[in-house]
Amino acid sequence: MSLQQVTLQVNGVAHEISVAPDALLLDVLHDQLGFRDVRYGCGEGVCGTCTVLLDGEAVSSCLVYAVQVEFREITTLAGLLGEDESLHPLQETFLRLGGTQCGFCTPGVILTAYGLAQRMPRPTREEIRYELGGSLCRCTGYTKILDAVESYLENRAFASEEARS
Amino acid sequence: MTAMFESGVDKAMPMPSAPGALEDTHARVVLDDWERRWYGEPRFKYELVRSYEEAVFALREHGEGAKALAGGQSLVPLMNLRVLRPSALIDLNGIVAIAPQVEGGRLSLSAMTRYSQVLLSELVRCQTPLLTAAIAYVGNVRVRNRGTIGGALAHGQATSELAAVALALGGEILAYGPTGTRLIDAEEFFVGHLKTDLRPEEVVTGLRLEVAQSRQGSSFTELARRSGAEAIAGVAANVTLSPERDVIGGVRLGLIGVDERPVAGDRTILSSLLGRIPTPTEIDDVAAEVTARTAPVTDSQSTASYRRRLVRVLIRRALTEALQRAEERASAE
Repeated sequence: MSLQQVTLQVNGVAHEISVAPDALLLDVLHDQLGFRDVRYGCGEGVCGTCTVLLDGEAVSSCLVYAVQVEFREITTLAGLLGEDESLHPLQETFLRLGGTQCGFCTPGVILTAYGLAQRMPRPTREEIRYELGGSLCRCTGYTKILDAVESYLENRAFASEEARS
Repeated sequence: MTAMFESGVDKAMPMPSAPGALEDTHARVVLDDWERRWYGEPRFKYELVRSYEEAVFALREHGEGAKALAGGQSLVPLMNLRVLRPSALIDLNGIVAIAPQVEGGRLSLSAMTRYSQVLLSELVRCQTPLLTAAIAYVGNVRVRNRGTIGGALAHGQATSELAAVALALGGEILAYGPTGTRLIDAEEFFVGHLKTDLRPEEVVTGLRLEVAQSRQGSSFTELARRSGAEAIAGVAANVTLSPERDVIGGVRLGLIGVDERPVAGDRTILSSLLGRIPTPTEIDDVAAEVTARTAPVTDSQSTASYRRRLVRVLIRRALTEALQRAEERASAE
């Protein structure tokens, strides 16, 4: 098989691997590199469970081939963990407010919310809803997900105000 | 499906032989995976290009089965479902997009501009508010972060919001091929179901749209089964008032989901609105007549008869709102 040597930059670590040109980023991350937080859901870019951040922007890894993203910065949910594997404040808020149940969609939801939080300091609930519209969850009914993201952004804005004053 | 392969018996699995089996998507994917594992060949050749010249050269070199890959938000799902099986993918993502610009009364968009770049652009919001309004309906955030203007046009989907805007704003599509650059009017660009005027060795390089004028109002409206899902139908309307009097001087409609391709609202019928301010009843009559000239299809989203009823309502709403906005802008002068 004609394999191609590529360097994938995932969560700040460079992985040098051989991939076929038709290998989806999703398959390479999950099957080859063992990232269990990147999940196959629909394979059509609709459900959001395979979301990764590509240079900080949410994309469906089921619609990108691994050979296309060489040297780009790829972030999976594991990339948000602290140095001692401590949870990201966004993850903690999700746990505290019941924004996660079975957990299958959670990595995609949190990464999408994280992408929004990086772009906008204080989005409205409607803006959060619009951003998360492409992430399907079959457990929570979405309200608690929205609550969690909203609460995280409020706390963050409060903390940054505190720091300033 | 995958569990079967993980058990290590994949090579012993017989090929599905019943002809009906191939009609099932899952069977198709299983068969494709089986073939790939058996013969060990990737399903396509991959080539990254850095310019449109390189892209056209590569498309010629790889021949008939080659496809240009832009954002991949329509092409790759079709490939994942094995509906499309190109022999080669020419990846245009090495081509750098130029930021949206206004030149000579037209907004110029580079083909590799991502939807999200357009949606967040202040220039686009000011110059072509219709485009910003329409693109907000496109897919989800991941589709918008990756999907491109050129890719959407070349795909030519009958429900493309971008196509509706191109038709309502006198859009011109720039295509580059072996014989050089060609300018195609949006009304001539979409020719059939997922078919455009683009030749096999041509690629879309850009889109030009008329910028909003002072006595003009626009509106985009669509209905989908879920937010972000493919539209059942949608309408982009652009209404211009005459320079001297507050009457309609020009009106254009871009319709999606009403035919097997995006279409413009019938010019002759719309011209009955010129030179006056129509009443709500007259707008509804025109909406009914425009709808009568369309040929909606029945598909997985909706039936033709529902679409016919829906489109009339959407046209009425879009025209009413566009006219109202035009009048507001004219009175603010």
